[in-house]
Amino acid sequence: MKVRDIQEKLQLQLFSGGSGLDNEITGGYVSDLLSDVMGNSDSGEAWVTLQTHKNIMAIASLKELSCIIIVKGFKPEQETIDKSDEDGIPILGSDKSTFEISGELYQLIKK
Amino acid sequence: MSNAITLNYHIEGSDFINAGNASSQIKKVLQQLNVDPKTIKRIVVALYEAEVNVVAHAYKGDISAEITTEDITITLDDEGPGIVDIDMAMTEGYSTASPKVREMGFGAGMGLPNIKRNVDELNIQSEVKVGTKVVMKVKLS
Ligand SMILES: Nc1ncnc2c1ncn2[C@@H]1O[C@H](COP(=O)(O)OP(=O)(O)O)[C@@H](O)[C@H]1O
Ligand SMILES: [Mg+2]
Repeated sequence: MKVRDIQEKLQLQLFSGGSGLDNEITGGYVSDLLSDVMGNSDSGEAWVTLQTHKNIMAIASLKELSCIIIVKGFKPEQETIDKSDEDGIPILGSDKSTFEISGELYQLIKK
Repeated sequence: MSNAITLNYHIEGSDFINAGNASSQIKKVLQQLNVDPKTIKRIVVALYEAEVNVVAHAYKGDISAEITTEDITITLDDEGPGIVDIDMAMTEGYSTASPKVREMGFGAGMGLPNIKRNVDELNIQSEVKVGTKVVMKVKLS
């Protein structure tokens, strides 16, 4: 499953990083604690969070995550968007809650 | 060693915008040197956490990374409040981070434990009201 597939199926807004829409999604990780994601996520995972500042992109790049999904209608800050475009890691968004998005994402990508 | 590489970076306290830049640059160098991807992942987790600790808790600091064929040794030397009780600081969940820093998703008290789990050697020296020196070593072969 590619980032563009979940963008379509979950009807997510694309904020930035469109060049990474073909990134392969290997799983998901849900957390708003940056050290938790840093320590425990795996490369290729889609990260669901409500954080919007630039450090989420630093983590996504360092951990080689496939994309970030921002919940509850929050919007990424400009620096976050710039880094996402630069690194080709898409930032997607939804008005739905973490619970809903994670449930839908799980249904889509579970093996 | 004659073919050692040394990299130096500077970190400013509270500069969250640039937090992770040194980690990202060192990661690139390690990839160019064809270091095992799993080892790079461990180094990146440890270094990012150490970098963020200087940004979140100290006033300013310097990073130096020395890479040989055998290992990488990364030293983060900061001017800051220092750590009163290092054993306590190493405890999972212990954090003195400000509410603002916590709101950003930092300050879960998982940084030092993350570092410890991912390096082969860790040495922390600290003097209260002066600063903290973190030295970590990871074997590359
Ligand atoms: N470079 C540093 N200077 C001063 N205090 C530090 C430093 N690094 C860590 N600490 C102290 O150790 C605590 C635990 O660190 P850590 O496990 O990384 O958790 P966190 O950074 O989330 O608070 C910090 O809250 C802080 O009190
Ligand atoms: Mg920390």
